[in-house]
Amino acid sequence: MPIIDAVLNDFFWRALIGGLGVALVAGPLGCFVVWRRMAYFGDTLAHSALLGIALSFLISVPMNVGVIATCVVLSVVLVLFQRSRALATDTLLGILAHSALAIGLVALSFMPDIRFDLTGLLFGDLLAMSRADLLWIFGGAGVILTLLTVFWRGLLMSTIHEELARVEGVPVERLRLILMLMLSIVIAVAMKIVGVLLITALLIIPAATARRLAGNPEHMVGLAIGFGCLAVMGGLSMSWFLDTPAGPSVVVTAFCVFLLVYSSARRAPA
Amino acid sequence: MNKVPMNKVPMNKVPMNNALATLQQVTVAFDERVVVDRVDLTIHRGDIITVIGPNGAGKTTLIKAILGIQKASRGSMVLKPGLTIGYVPQHLTLESTLPLSVRRFMLLSGQSLEACRGALTKTGVDHLMDASVHHLSGGEKQRLLLARALAIKPDLLVLDEPAQGVDINGQAALYGLIRNLRDELNCGVLMVSHDLHLVMAATDKVICLNQHICCSGYPADISHDPAFIETFGRPVAESLAVYHHNHNHSHDLHGDVVTRGQDHSAHGDCDHAHH
Repeated sequence: MPIIDAVLNDFFWRALIGGLGVALVAGPLGCFVVWRRMAYFGDTLAHSALLGIALSFLISVPMNVGVIATCVVLSVVLVLFQRSRALATDTLLGILAHSALAIGLVALSFMPDIRFDLTGLLFGDLLAMSRADLLWIFGGAGVILTLLTVFWRGLLMSTIHEELARVEGVPVERLRLILMLMLSIVIAVAMKIVGVLLITALLIIPAATARRLAGNPEHMVGLAIGFGCLAVMGGLSMSWFLDTPAGPSVVVTAFCVFLLVYSSARRAPA
Repeated sequence: MNKVPMNKVPMNKVPMNNALATLQQVTVAFDERVVVDRVDLTIHRGDIITVIGPNGAGKTTLIKAILGIQKASRGSMVLKPGLTIGYVPQHLTLESTLPLSVRRFMLLSGQSLEACRGALTKTGVDHLMDASVHHLSGGEKQRLLLARALAIKPDLLVLDEPAQGVDINGQAALYGLIRNLRDELNCGVLMVSHDLHLVMAATDKVICLNQHICCSGYPADISHDPAFIETFGRPVAESLAVYHHNHNHSHDLHGDVVTRGQDHSAHGDCDHAHH
């Protein structure tokens, strides 16, 4: 269709559509990150994305595949380390987050032949959104939304009370892995919009904003998606008109909405 | 200590009798430390069995083994085929970032709204249907958890310290409620408790656990079992005996329990404990 073609030929529209696709899945996943106190965990996964990019250059696989695989491996390593209880979780996350980022940066510096835009990877790149990226985003969003719908009750129950969920037959461990897989996917696809350093913000700020107004988990997810979309639209417009970097602009907008809601809204009944 | 061999625990075999759950020589060990030691236990429909014991006695671990969330290292555990277990955890500590209404929490059990409302009515908190779980008191939360367990129509109700964080009147009411529910639903009840006095009044059978079962029996008998006295100390045992004496008017206890010479001091302890 010519109209769709015209829209997709415009990089701004591609960025906007991609950004809204990311906000659609960052909403529900962000809620889980907030409910399960996984903010630092998300940060660690995001930091390791750069390592994933370096690895995908090295063995020449698509960048998204490299990022998803690295994040999944890292989350499994984290779960195993956590079980051994040798170190406090936050210490462990701090070590892994910054080591993964540093290894990624060092690895990339060994590849001078490959052209890439480090700032774009770290902070998001509006111009770099291609049609293939859009496919990745909506493909990833489709997978995540399907998983969330199928496992919603189990995910929510194991978040509310893990043991009660276990007794009721919820496969708690498997769902934890599925949640990590979903986070890995969202990090891989959100990288284009906000960059690896700011992905956690896109996850938790809309969810935290939504908490103020929500009375139920599903309500909170809906609001988080809405606030995420608002942040993407506002941020990309800001980037367009003021020539600011895309990722930080999206996060600044999300933060402004957060401040606005927290300063003006009445406390939610729940 | 020798490492406990990790034999496979046979589960879900058809039990010989009509018991809901039969445990034989169930042992749970973490690494080399035996936490539950060769426990035999049979739970029938209509039983109220309370597990008591000092801190670290393995009460919660035993419960978890029965619930299937802690693997037994040895022994056999046979559950009635198709057994539905309603679990009431110690408490519901909800992350403040997670908004949740009573209605939504109940519906997450997968039961119909009518079933959920019915269960809330049974535990006396149906008026809180639209309240936020965050705004409930300790007692209301326990009643909500109990309703949640009832909603799935359990054959066996398992409660881990159900009255923690509930004031003393609330505790008595809660144990009374559990008794009534047992009568109404004809389910088995297995609970862990610290509140010795209330337990003694509300339960059919007491199991005193200190890794192994050091004694078990009816509340009135157990308080003068030497093993019980050794575990909890004489003052506690005697205060319980007196408590039962007062409530059951079972005068035959008196001479048996209270040894001469300690009589007065023991009663003194008891009075302090009560007021």
